[in-house]
Amino acid sequence: MSDVKITKEVVQRIAHLARLELSEAEVAKFAGQLQDILGAIEILAEVDTEGVKPTAQVTGLTNIFEEDKVIDFVEDKKRLLGNVDGEVIDNQVVVPSVFNS
Amino acid sequence: MELNTLSVKELLEGYQAKTFSPLEVVDAYADAIKQENPALNAYILETVDVAKSQIDESAQGSLANVPMALKDVFSTEGIETTACSNILKGFKPPYNAPVVDRLYDQGAILLGKVNTDEFTCGASSETSAFGVTKNPANLECVAGGSSGGSAAAVAANLCAFSMGTDTGGSIRQPASFCGSVGLKVTYGRVPRSGVISMASSLDTVGALTKTVYDAALVLGAIAGSHRLDTTAPNVKVDAYLGGINNSIKGMRIGLPKEYFSESVEPDVRARVMEAVEVLKNEGAIIKEVSLPMTKYGVAVYYIISPSEVSSNMARFDGVRYGPRLGEDPQDLYEFYLKNRGKGFGPEMKRRIMMGTYALSAGYYDAYYLKAQKVRTLICQDFEQVFEEVDVLAAPVSPFPAFKIGAKSDDPVAMYNADALTIPSAIAGLPGLSVPCGNTTDGLPVGLQLMSPQWSEAKLLNVGHAYEMAGR
Repeated sequence: MSDVKITKEVVQRIAHLARLELSEAEVAKFAGQLQDILGAIEILAEVDTEGVKPTAQVTGLTNIFEEDKVIDFVEDKKRLLGNVDGEVIDNQVVVPSVFNS
Repeated sequence: MELNTLSVKELLEGYQAKTFSPLEVVDAYADAIKQENPALNAYILETVDVAKSQIDESAQGSLANVPMALKDVFSTEGIETTACSNILKGFKPPYNAPVVDRLYDQGAILLGKVNTDEFTCGASSETSAFGVTKNPANLECVAGGSSGGSAAAVAANLCAFSMGTDTGGSIRQPASFCGSVGLKVTYGRVPRSGVISMASSLDTVGALTKTVYDAALVLGAIAGSHRLDTTAPNVKVDAYLGGINNSIKGMRIGLPKEYFSESVEPDVRARVMEAVEVLKNEGAIIKEVSLPMTKYGVAVYYIISPSEVSSNMARFDGVRYGPRLGEDPQDLYEFYLKNRGKGFGPEMKRRIMMGTYALSAGYYDAYYLKAQKVRTLICQDFEQVFEEVDVLAAPVSPFPAFKIGAKSDDPVAMYNADALTIPSAIAGLPGLSVPCGNTTDGLPVGLQLMSPQWSEAKLLNVGHAYEMAGR
């Protein structure tokens, strides 16, 4: 981990992956701050984790099952779509096209 | 009698004896909110009218006609719920979170929604799109965070109790900063469904109250599995009030030496040690113990939580909810970029990027997987120590409430504010913050009690014993 350098290009690549528009000033600021955060995290390199299993769930729960039974979902579609800040046609949300024509 | 200063227990007794009516109580709170809230900024949405319409004099529940405040991440049907983010401005959930329904079923009534760091990401409430919540003990200081609005509202008597969430300290730390009681439950003790997620393997839901007794009372109303939360196991719910008056004679209480290091301010350490002395006088056996993995907690947390934040935040794109913030986007990609770029504040962007980076190809093993392995070692640390002692006692925070702005430009310093609350959160343990006096500057200090998973009853028993003896 130690040789990682967070350049502006790295920040721009992450921002692209995360779909975040950043200003030039933000890119510069985040490059420094992410570098600081990664520096603080580096302490983990000194922990010997050879043979240690990772923990994703702390209570040991693996599965919860529910009876295979139909429960009617009576919900007003208008209400579910009521928070859309845009056009809704036939209960479908309108968004810009995926490909730029 | 100032009706808004009463505890939940005292309110219920007063209603029973007809000393005062629910309407008089709501009116007292409405006045207090009008007077105090402009300076504190605890409430970001006041719903006194809703509270009045919910009053039911025939209600029999354990919280009948008790006025509460909800952190703005609890979904409330038809009532704006924003997580204090511009990306959710105007969002009115089509349903209540199950935990909100449980509170309503017991008769609790809603005074309003209270402030939090944006999507609960912060330790000072400064990242809220609604501005900082000020500390009732000193208006130049933060109320803490992320449940800063919840803690300040309880401490300033602007509600009888409030609900918050704790992922790495977000109930306990603001409770300690403001001088209220805060209970973080075992991971999965209270259903999270309908409560806007931050980091799904860490998030918990709990109450902030004026007394430990009230914390037990509210927990009884909200604990237990729910079909909509598949991370809440079907573990028996204890009678939290049943054993609250038990003697703590012979209870083994451990002081983890790593929680009393040089980084803890002397005033804070002194107040906590005085509280430990009270517990000793009540018959507890005090013993120094060690949790050697403590120093890795913050690093583990700041890999795991941003990673989970980054995936949870992916749903906020402006399609189904939240304002569309871009002008005439050319395609869907630009639509997402603009909505998210303008909708999220700086701390959210930082955490989303940190998490995206840690999970990206080539880095997963070095960061996320490594952190999950150290997480295992932190869990084992606690398992071993709980073979020696029943409960751990420590400070909640190394320092009292800090000045507004003091840490807001230094993310690493802000992250270290949670150094003493993060390790137990990583292990999914319950923790209780109980006020234990003030610093010489008059800022509240919190005693933190921690215990094994599912043992909230024991924690509340010890906290209550301290509270009763300390008065």
